[in-house]
Amino acid sequence: MSMVTQEVAARAKRELDPAEERTEAGTFFSPYTDIHETEQAVVVSMEMPGVDKASIDIRLDKGVLTIKGTVDPARYEQLKPIYSEYNVGNYVRTFSVSTKIDAARISATVADGVLTVELPKAAEAIAKRISVR
Amino acid sequence: MVIRMRDPFAALLGLQRAMEGVMGTDWFANRTSGAGAFPLVNVFNDGEDFVLVAELPGVKKEDLDIQVHGDTVRIQGKKTVAHEADASVHRRERAAGQFDRTLTLPAELDAAKVSAEYRDGVLTLRLPRAESAKPRTVSIN
Repeated sequence: MSMVTQEVAARAKRELDPAEERTEAGTFFSPYTDIHETEQAVVVSMEMPGVDKASIDIRLDKGVLTIKGTVDPARYEQLKPIYSEYNVGNYVRTFSVSTKIDAARISATVADGVLTVELPKAAEAIAKRISVR
Repeated sequence: MVIRMRDPFAALLGLQRAMEGVMGTDWFANRTSGAGAFPLVNVFNDGEDFVLVAELPGVKKEDLDIQVHGDTVRIQGKKTVAHEADASVHRRERAAGQFDRTLTLPAELDAAKVSAEYRDGVLTLRLPRAESAKPRTVSIN
C-alpha cells in the first residue's frame, strides 16, 4: 500500500493519561501503532523513534502484551536546548490479545525507529477452512 | 542549561524539563513559515554549532533528502507504511506520505561542514555557523 502523494501532517506525541500513570517519573508516550492480522499471526508495528533494539522490552503475560521502549538521553549530553517542538521520553503501550498466541515463537525486529512484533497464532487458534460438500 | 549525565533516569527527566522550558519560544520568530510542520524539530546549541534533531520513524535513509543553503535547511522525503496485502486491519494510527519542510536559522551556515546522522528513526543534523557569522572578540587598545 502506498499513498505517497499525501502529505504527512505533524502530530504531537501522545502522552500517557493520568489514569495510566506510572510509578516512574518522567514523561511516557503512547506510540502510534498499527495492528494487522494474517491467517498465521497478529502483527503489531509501532513507532518508537530513538529506541535501539537493546532497549526494547516485550512481555506477553496472561494475554496482556506490554511493549516498552527506553530512550537513551546520552545523545543529548552537553547540548543546550534552544528551541523545542516535541519532548523526548520513553514509550509504553499495553494491549490485551484476544487470540491464542504461541509465545515461544514471538519475534520482533526494529528498523528506522519502527518496532514490528509478530505474534504467531497458536495451532488451535488458526481458523480452519471448512468446505461445504 | 546543559544536561549533565549522572544516572540515566535523572538525565531523561532533566532533558524533558529543559525541553519544556524552551517549548514555544520565539527563537525562530517569524523566520520559519513552516513552524509545526512535519517533521517536528528540536534545536540545540553545541558550542558554536546548531544541532537540529527530528523524529522520522518509518522513513528510510535513502528516502531522505537534506539541503543546506545560506541560513536555510530543507528536509524532505517520504514516509512509508508497508503491510502484507492480505492482512486484516485491526488498528491504523501510523501516517504515511510525503513531507517537505524548510527552516531558516538565525545565522549563516557553513554548508560544507554540515553533517547528518540517521539512527533509530532520529535524524541529527550538525549545522556549524559560517565563519562570517561567528562572534569575534574585540581587543581594546
